[in-house]
Amino acid sequence: MMNNVLVFPMVLPVLTGILLIFLRPYIRLQRWLSMLSVLGTGAMSIILLQRVQASGILTIDIGGWQPPFGILFVGDSFALLLVLTASIVTAVCLLYAFSTIGPAHEQMHVYAFIQFLLAGVNGSFLTGDLFNLFVCFEVMLLASYILASLGGKRKQLRESLKYVIINILSSWIFLVAIAYLYGAVGTLNMAHLSERIAESGQTPLLTTISMLFLIVFSLKAGLVLYFWLPGTYSAPPTAIAALFGALLTKVGVYAMFRVFTLLFYHEPSITHTWIGIMAAITLIGGSIGAISSKDVRVIVSYNVVIAVGFMMVGLAAATSAALEGSIYYLIHDMLVKALLFLLAGTMIALTGKSKFNEMSGLIRNYPLLGWLFFIGMLSLAGIPPFSGFIGKVLIGKGTIEAGTYILLALAFVSSILVLYSLLRVFRNAFWGETVISLEEEKPLKKSWLVPSVLLAIGTIVLGLGVEVLAPYVQDAANVLLQPKLYIDAVFQSK
Amino acid sequence: MKTNDVILQMITKIVVFIILTLAVYLFFAGHHNPGGGFIAGLVLSSAFVLLFLAFDTETIIKGLPLNFKVTAAVGALLAISSGIVPTLFGHPFLNMVMLTINLPLIGKFELGTIVLFEAGVALAVVGVVVTIILSISEDV
Amino acid sequence: METLIIILAGVLVAVATYLILSKHILRIILGTAILSHAVHLLLMTMGGLKRGSTPILAENKVAYTDALPQALILTAIVISFAVTAFILVLAYRLYRKTGSDNLDALRGMDDE
Repeated sequence: MMNNVLVFPMVLPVLTGILLIFLRPYIRLQRWLSMLSVLGTGAMSIILLQRVQASGILTIDIGGWQPPFGILFVGDSFALLLVLTASIVTAVCLLYAFSTIGPAHEQMHVYAFIQFLLAGVNGSFLTGDLFNLFVCFEVMLLASYILASLGGKRKQLRESLKYVIINILSSWIFLVAIAYLYGAVGTLNMAHLSERIAESGQTPLLTTISMLFLIVFSLKAGLVLYFWLPGTYSAPPTAIAALFGALLTKVGVYAMFRVFTLLFYHEPSITHTWIGIMAAITLIGGSIGAISSKDVRVIVSYNVVIAVGFMMVGLAAATSAALEGSIYYLIHDMLVKALLFLLAGTMIALTGKSKFNEMSGLIRNYPLLGWLFFIGMLSLAGIPPFSGFIGKVLIGKGTIEAGTYILLALAFVSSILVLYSLLRVFRNAFWGETVISLEEEKPLKKSWLVPSVLLAIGTIVLGLGVEVLAPYVQDAANVLLQPKLYIDAVFQSK
Repeated sequence: MKTNDVILQMITKIVVFIILTLAVYLFFAGHHNPGGGFIAGLVLSSAFVLLFLAFDTETIIKGLPLNFKVTAAVGALLAISSGIVPTLFGHPFLNMVMLTINLPLIGKFELGTIVLFEAGVALAVVGVVVTIILSISEDV
Repeated sequence: METLIIILAGVLVAVATYLILSKHILRIILGTAILSHAVHLLLMTMGGLKRGSTPILAENKVAYTDALPQALILTAIVISFAVTAFILVLAYRLYRKTGSDNLDALRGMDDE
C-alpha cells in the first residue's frame, strides 16, 4: 500500500521554501505562500492522523526500495501528533513574524528558511531510518544556524558561532554512534535495528552505543548538556526564538523517545536509570538557572530546559501512563513555550528593557498582555483547566507505578519552581507602580497580540479537550510500548 | 591594485574548457561508475572559481550574467520535482525509471529520470559553492 | 587494513581536538573539518573494507562490497561541506564586525 501523502509534510515546506527564494522582492506573496504551506502541512497531518486511526501505522518506501534496503517514512500517531503541533506553532510564529520581524529579515529569505526548518523538523519526526534522522536533523540545524545569525548583530553572531560549533560536535558524535551501530548490527533501518537488537538481546556493546546516542540527543534536546541553550535562544528576534524554543529541543526529545523505546529498551536498568539521573540533574540545574536570572528571555529559556527534564522523567519511568503523560506534555510544551517566548519578546519590545526588575506595572498599560502571561504561567505550572495539568498528572502516576519516587518529588518541586520563577516576572513586571505614563506608552499593536491569544486559546482548548485527543495519545503510547507494532507496519507494506 | 597575471589568465582560458569537459564526463559517468551530479557540480564550480581568481569578479559576472542564488534554487526545484512527479502517477516518491534508446551516433544509450535529479543536484551545488565564494570574496 | 584506518581516524581525531581547543576561529573550523573526515573514515571501516563487485544481484557474483557505507559517507561529506562553508562565512562576518578571530576578544557584556 502506498502512502505518498506521508512525505508531503516534509516536501511541501521544502518546495515552498525554494519557491520563496525566487520570490525575493514580493514579500506579501511570500507571506501568503509560507502561511498556506504551513497550514497545508497541518491539514495534511490531521488527515494522516485519521488514517492512522482507521488503518494502522502508515509507511512509504521512498523510491520504491523496500525495507530494510531503502529509506522510508513511518507515520504513527506519535510522529503525526508532533507534526501537527509543529505546524500549528510555526503558523502562529509566522503570524508574529509578519508584523515584527522587519523588512531587512524579510528581504533575506527569512520565510524560506523557516520553511526549511519546518521541513527538517517534520522529516525528523517521520523518518524510519537512523541515518535519515541524522540528515533531517542537519536540514533543521542548517536552517536554524541561518535563522540564528540572520541580522548579523554582534551578539547574534557570537551566540550562533557557539551554537554551530556545539552542534557540529554533537552531529559528529551522532555519526560515530551510527558508524558503531552499523558495524555492530549491520543495518540502520529502525524497524530492522529493533528486530536485530532484540534477537541479540542488547549486548553490553550495544548498550554502550546506546549511551553515545543518549549523549547526542541530550545535547540536541538540552538534557543536562543545556549550557548552550539560554545564550542561543535569547539572541535572535522573538519570532525566531519562539520557533527555536518550541521546536528544536523537542526534536531531540522525540529522537530520545524513539530510540529508547524502539531500539534500546532491553536494558532499562542501565539506560533508563541514566535517563532518570540526567532528568533529575536537568530539573535541578534548570530550576536554579530560571530562578537565578533576571533577564526575562533567559528565564524563559531555562524553562525550556526544565520541561525537557520533566518529559524525560516520563521516559525514565517508561510505563504506559508515564509515556502518555510525556506525549501530552510534549504537545503542551510546544504551544506554551512558543507563547512564553512571544510574550517575553513583546514585553521587551514594549519596554526596551530585558530585565524584569527594570519593568513595572505593565498590567495597567497592557492588561491583555498581562493576563496572557498569567495564563501561560498557570498552564506551565499545571493548574487544571490548562493543558499542562493532564501531562503532569499522568507522569506523576507513571512514576508512582514505576516506584521512582525521587524523580516524582523532583518533578513536582520543579513545577513549583517554574511557577515561582514566572511569578517573580509577573509580580515585578506587571504588578507594582506603573512607571510608563499614558503619554509615553508605546501603542501595543493588535497584530502583536493575536498570535499569543491564539496560543493561549490553544492551551485552554488542549486542556479542556483532552477527551478528544486521548485516543490518539493512547495509540501513540501504545506503539512506543510495543515495538512489534512498528516493526510489523514497516515490513508488511510489501 | 592591478596585477599582471598573463600566464594565469592564459592558462585559465584553456584549462576551464578541460575542467568543464571533465564535469560533463563525470556527470554522465555517474550512472554506473564513480561520478554523479554532486561531483560534477563541484568540478563545474571549480571552473567558475578559477575564472573568478584569474580575472576579477566584475568582468566574469558581466560576461556570465547568472544569479547563482537563483541557479541553486532552480537546481533544488528540479531535484525535488523529479521526486514529486512519480507520486502523481501513483508510484512512490522519488521513484526513478530507466529508458534505453538507440541514438544514431552513440548507439545504445541509457537514460533515466534520475538524470533530472542529478542535474538538479549539480545546479544546486554550483549555485551554492559560487555564492559562498563570492560572498566571502566580495571585498578583499 | 581496518586496524590501520582506525588508527588513522584516531590520529585525525587527536589533531582535530588540538585544533578545536585553540582560540582562533579559523583553527577551530579546520578542526571541525578534520573531525568530520575522521568520522567518514570510521564509517567506511565499519562497513568492512572488502574488494568485490557492485552489489547488484547477478549470476557468478559471490563477493560484493557493501554500498551503504559509501552512500552514508557521501551524504555526510555533503552535509559537512555545507556546514563548513556556512561556518566559514559566519566567521568572516564575525571577523568583519569585530576585527579579530580570537575567541577571547568576542567575550561580550550582557547588555550589548
